[in-house]
Amino acid sequence: MEKKLPKIEIIEKYCKGCHICVEFCPTKVLEMQGFVAAVKNLEACIKCMQCELRCPDFAIKVITE
Amino acid sequence: MAFDYEKWLRPNKLPHIWCPGCGHGIVMKGLIRAMETLKLEKENTTIVSGIGCASRLPGYIDCCTLHTAHGRAAAFATGVKMAKPEMNVILVGGDGDGTAIGGNHFIHACRRNIDMTYIIMNNYIYGMTGGQFSPCTPTGHKASTTPYGNPDPGFDIAKLAIGAGATFVARGTAFHANQIDKLITEAIQHKGFSVVEILDDCPTTYGRRNKFKSVIEMMNRLKEVAVPVKAAEKMTAEQLQGKVLTGVLYKEEKAHYTDEYAKVIERAKAAK
Repeated sequence: MEKKLPKIEIIEKYCKGCHICVEFCPTKVLEMQGFVAAVKNLEACIKCMQCELRCPDFAIKVITE
Repeated sequence: MAFDYEKWLRPNKLPHIWCPGCGHGIVMKGLIRAMETLKLEKENTTIVSGIGCASRLPGYIDCCTLHTAHGRAAAFATGVKMAKPEMNVILVGGDGDGTAIGGNHFIHACRRNIDMTYIIMNNYIYGMTGGQFSPCTPTGHKASTTPYGNPDPGFDIAKLAIGAGATFVARGTAFHANQIDKLITEAIQHKGFSVVEILDDCPTTYGRRNKFKSVIEMMNRLKEVAVPVKAAEKMTAEQLQGKVLTGVLYKEEKAHYTDEYAKVIERAKAAK
């Protein structure tokens, strides 16, 4: 069965580059690109929503079906 | 599915003023999730704050909000609750605002057991005014006004609240984001004065002076020191050294001020 991938939306205007989402992602889906977070490896996402939950700046949305 | 925070936010107010990595944003998200869980109505919810970084929170949330004088959130909130007893009143503020400048208002709001919820974001320092030490700064830690280390012991907000008569006291941390909304939900549901202390990080004025290299290091420290109440029961005093208990620390059902005052009004009417 094909794995359904979520859509991780990062609102760059809101991101302050605190690294929290990158560090606390259990499967290292995110990385820093310059001053803002970006998706590096979407396939590894397990939809735990930790990044969305911990982002202090309302900058991440994990959109699942 | 992604949580719809926009419903509770004021349009065009983001990005907020908090520094990169500041936990206040995490607490605000927890509060929004709690309000959504309880299906509170915007017209029937008031968020009151004093002055400080944490007290900027009501500015971003779309419901009835009141940004008042330094430390006076509890006083203004009491007024709101007396005028409209059916209103859900939530107070937010920092440790300096709540326990130093507003310390007197805080203990008396606890004593009266007014049906309100106080969320104290304890980041161990006065962030906005330039990093002065607060009553919660731990002994030996540095602040802009204690460059050689703070000689005073810090307040334990939870013990202070229990001692002063609050009937619901809980503690969480900004690291344990999932727990924040559960604690706040329970606190709002509780009839009586409920205090939720959230241990927070201030990377700019506290972390920088106390040799925390990054926000992540501060978050990991919160993770290390927090011990859930149930887990603590099985631990020895030695193991609990330097740890902080989290979860619901105290709960008691007691007559609360709003109900008692309604009875006073009834008695006064009957006496005429």
